[in-house]
Amino acid sequence: MQSQRKTHVSTTVNGEPREFLCEPHQVLSDVLRNTLNLTGTKEGCNTGDCGACSVLLDGTLVCSCLVLAAEVEGKGVVTVEGIGEEGKLHPIQQKLLEHAGLQCGICTPGIVIASRALLEKNPDPSETEVRYWLAGNLCRCTGYDKIIRAVLDAGAVMRGQ
Amino acid sequence: MQSVRYEAPTSLDQAARTLLGSENAKILAGGTDLLVQMRLGLKQPGLLVDIKNIPEIMQLTLGDDALRVGAAVTGALVGEHAEARRLFPGFVEALGLIGSSQIQGRCSAGGNLCNASPAADSVPALIANRALCNIIGPAGARSVAVESFNTGPGKNCLAAGELLVSIDLPLPAHRSSDAYLRFIPRTEMDIAVAGAAVALSLDEAGICTAARVAIGAVAPTALLVTAAADALIGSALDEASLHAAAAAASAACSPITDKRGTADYRRKVVGVLVRRAAAIAKSRIEAQA
Repeated sequence: MQSQRKTHVSTTVNGEPREFLCEPHQVLSDVLRNTLNLTGTKEGCNTGDCGACSVLLDGTLVCSCLVLAAEVEGKGVVTVEGIGEEGKLHPIQQKLLEHAGLQCGICTPGIVIASRALLEKNPDPSETEVRYWLAGNLCRCTGYDKIIRAVLDAGAVMRGQ
Repeated sequence: MQSVRYEAPTSLDQAARTLLGSENAKILAGGTDLLVQMRLGLKQPGLLVDIKNIPEIMQLTLGDDALRVGAAVTGALVGEHAEARRLFPGFVEALGLIGSSQIQGRCSAGGNLCNASPAADSVPALIANRALCNIIGPAGARSVAVESFNTGPGKNCLAAGELLVSIDLPLPAHRSSDAYLRFIPRTEMDIAVAGAAVALSLDEAGICTAARVAIGAVAPTALLVTAAADALIGSALDEASLHAAAAAASAACSPITDKRGTADYRRKVVGVLVRRAAAIAKSRIEAQA
């Protein structure tokens, strides 16, 4: 690999100011996992098809494999590590557990992030809306049904029902 | 992908200077095509010029004459713009069909256009809506009708150092609307086998006074089909006129056979899509107050 002058990036990750050095070609998922040691974000396809690397960038759901790390200068990133608290799962995480909405777990961080983005915008989505919204989060274990039910149930909990 | 440099200019002037000063520069908007192409080794730029810190590129404003969509304004933002949805429901739907929710957070009409895929969903809808592309470059500013922007698969009319700044969608006349339909063999997350956009104006009696028909994924670029529009104008959008428009669209296309569909199939389906999109645009006008 050709040596490059590294780019210095100041950003906010899960509410904490963070700084890192990256190569210009490095994508955010790479830096999150291998520089910032936030390995909750998974790398799946690396081409924006599978959703395993989903994060929120200034509140917008994106694939972190299709964002250059240098692009997050001055922005805010939320990863799965920023969802829920120590010892207290977020309702989406809790309901995924209760509904057995995960098996191998590789897609789960992306599902959690994408579902949170949906429920923030649309607190009471229909089943069809959940299915379309999560169409970019591939899961090869569950057959999706349990995930969809967990997200609908989490929405109900978050609405106080 | 390793030896690339990255610049993020904050003004159009700065971007133009950066582009001119580099031989192998690529403009980075949402990156949902470019970063994938780089990873696959299809493109190896020496410099990425990220244009998302330039205000003009990120504006989404409703003016007196047009809706101005900055070149890198995301599909997610356009989809949340109530006036855009009301004025150009077909365009907003077409843009919203690109990729997943994650891709919508990054993709843009400008990127979809510049990437110049023949199957780009938003391009026929832009053509049907008479969109104008605002370009700046070393020779100054110019505007190009969107149907003339792409020149072939993966090719557009931008000269060295030129940059697409924004796309203007002229505000539709009273009693006008649009629609876009594509055919894919599944319900989501796929690339169009064929696509069709129709924009219509009707008079109070329901006679079509103006029409634009554009088709995608059935030729090297999205096509404006004047003959299909002519079949609709002056009619009450009855079955015979809709079928004539469909036949004109099928006649105008020059599809290829590939893994998504055969040329014959595409030629037939694109006509069906034109007919159905025209019917949807008509019903949208009729539903207006």
